[in-house]
Amino acid sequence: MRRVRAFFGGIHPNDNKQNTNSTPIKVLPAPAVVVVPLQQHAGREAKPLVAKGDDVLKGQLIAEAEGRISARVHSPVSGKVVAVEPRPSASGRPLTCVVIENDGEERWVEKEGHPDPVQLDAQTILQRIHGAGIVGMGGAGFPTAVKLAPPKEATIDYLLLNGCECEPYLTTDHRLMVEHAEEIVLGAKLMAKACGARKIIIGVEDNKPDAIAALREKAGAIEVAVLRTRYPQGGEKQLIQALTGREVPSGGLPFQAGCVVQNVGTAWAVAKALRDGEPLISRVVTVTGSAVAEPQNFLVPIGTPFKDLIEAAGGFAKTPGKVVAGGPMTGGAQFSLDVPVTKTIGGILAFAEGESTTPDSQPCIKCARCVDVCPANLLPLKLEAYGMNEQFDNAREYGALDCIECGCCTYICPSKRPLLHYIRFAKAEIIAREKRSS
Amino acid sequence: MDDLKLLVSPSPHVRDTDTTEKIMFAVLIALLPVVAAAIYFFRWDAVRVLLLSAGSAVATETIWQRLRRKPIRIGDGSALITGVLLALSLPPTIPSWMVIVGSAFAIAIGKQVFGGLGHNPFNPALVGRAFMLASFSQAMTKWTPPIDGVSAATPLALGAAVSRVPDLFFGSVAGSLGETSALAILLGGIYLFYKGVIDYRIPVSICATVTVFALLAGEDPIFHLLAGSVLFAAVYMATDMVTSPITKPGRWIFGVGVAVIIMLIRIWGGYPEGVTFAILLMNAATPLINRWTRPRIYGQGVKVSE
Repeated sequence: MRRVRAFFGGIHPNDNKQNTNSTPIKVLPAPAVVVVPLQQHAGREAKPLVAKGDDVLKGQLIAEAEGRISARVHSPVSGKVVAVEPRPSASGRPLTCVVIENDGEERWVEKEGHPDPVQLDAQTILQRIHGAGIVGMGGAGFPTAVKLAPPKEATIDYLLLNGCECEPYLTTDHRLMVEHAEEIVLGAKLMAKACGARKIIIGVEDNKPDAIAALREKAGAIEVAVLRTRYPQGGEKQLIQALTGREVPSGGLPFQAGCVVQNVGTAWAVAKALRDGEPLISRVVTVTGSAVAEPQNFLVPIGTPFKDLIEAAGGFAKTPGKVVAGGPMTGGAQFSLDVPVTKTIGGILAFAEGESTTPDSQPCIKCARCVDVCPANLLPLKLEAYGMNEQFDNAREYGALDCIECGCCTYICPSKRPLLHYIRFAKAEIIAREKRSS
Repeated sequence: MDDLKLLVSPSPHVRDTDTTEKIMFAVLIALLPVVAAAIYFFRWDAVRVLLLSAGSAVATETIWQRLRRKPIRIGDGSALITGVLLALSLPPTIPSWMVIVGSAFAIAIGKQVFGGLGHNPFNPALVGRAFMLASFSQAMTKWTPPIDGVSAATPLALGAAVSRVPDLFFGSVAGSLGETSALAILLGGIYLFYKGVIDYRIPVSICATVTVFALLAGEDPIFHLLAGSVLFAAVYMATDMVTSPITKPGRWIFGVGVAVIIMLIRIWGGYPEGVTFAILLMNAATPLINRWTRPRIYGQGVKVSE
């Protein structure tokens, strides 16, 4: 069943998933030392509950959520806290981290699971999701419990599960769907109950037939919708548009279109938290790219340094020129491999030298390919010019704040212009000015 | 692993393989059938005008960029295209010095004074042609039929009654070098469409509007499409990315506007042909059309669901 409706624009880059999409997830043991950032989510940094010298158990709460939008952090290993201090992170700036020496004994805290968690009431489900420190694992890291509890006046018609994984190279969600379809379906049911959604739809791109088959086998009455393979199909707003025909109002949130969107990885984490009583202390990471010797998917404890994952993937086969945390369209380039995996990092890409250079940009010839591919229906070439010339009022009028930063415009530009870069600049300036004037 | 030199740059980290040079190269390839037809019908005159116009355009761009101490960008192929397009829109008997001056004007005044590639509001080749039409009006309207070289009027001046459709289609009629063979133009147009370089909306709306306008005015639509430079301009001139609208509805409006002005000039104006001025006028309207036809942004004007 193919849906006729789709989102605006989009691109079809070479997906480069062939190296890892049929490689089973390999469990990687915890390293000798883990570095756990206290901000792995959107919102405020969590407040540490441990200090240097403390003994911690695996799964123990080590930082409490602070304020309304925040998330708890748990220890991925048992051992001893050796430091609570700022450390470099994949976000590009130092973050407060709890550094724990692993004693290798895997001493767990007492787990509070439930054999059939669907029996729990909505409030309890929400509390346990919050308690397990679960955040959106697709990359944005918005605290899941907050997303599942929209204002009382909102009615949620749909819980949409995002299994698109439209970013090239990444195969973490793909492998989770193939290997853990049962948990994903359970997680979807739990989240639907928590937010009162009447209908669940799981959206998967048509380049993952094995994932679609695995989900359909376990899905029962839940609809598994096949979507066209096109980036950014997995963008929250684009998924809502493709699956329901609705649009999120400009400047608004998905609940205003009656939808809550969650990633399949998040559903898997929710199922593990409620059924097995395990907080979010590990995740699946795809390690791939032209510089990596043996590209693979790993299940790793949060806090494992990138270095260890590259080594586990056979090290570098070629000299890397660029290392990216996340997918190639939206991920952040890294200057060091001494940064830890967090709840939101689904991939580590290492591109060989020469494959990673930034091309020189040439004059815009107004071919309007950026206009054709923009999923927000913006005029990226205009926004770029307004950003570059610091005409922020014009940029705002032309919808800079509606940009979802997918990068399609920069990808497609034949003149190799950094369109998104200037649009981001314009957005940041507009937001800063509005804050100042209010 | 500790002394890695890693490049840090903003996302996205992958790019499409198409480049400006490839686009310009595709346009040049698409011009080959038209160039071949011009040489077949007009022999050495075609070769002479093409070489002089292209050479003058590339030389002017090089000199200009050198004088301004800017990087020399003739490698992008855009100046070559302007030179070839201008040549193809000239009559075969045009004196050589006029070609050189016209082509230099097209690049200097049509393109470089505005800042070069991408910044010019008007199609540079047509700016050059308009300048030549105003300055050398006699030489610019002197026509010879192909091959034998006796002076004659263009089919547009003669009228539909004496023109045969097969001649107009294959190109054995008097006219500018590139405009006579509809067949060659269509071949190039199909290639450009296939390569994704031009949007079908502009040529289709021009041809459709010319047809409808001719029927309403009681004239022969086939004649109006095939005679003169409607097809050539619809495929190669009006579709110029830099000077045509960036929105899809805008391209329909642009094409309709070009065709209406062509027909107004042809039927009621002082010139037998109106393509040059029609496109230049619509080039001027392009920023306004872009403003009028801004797409509805995702989520704007959407009501909160109940």
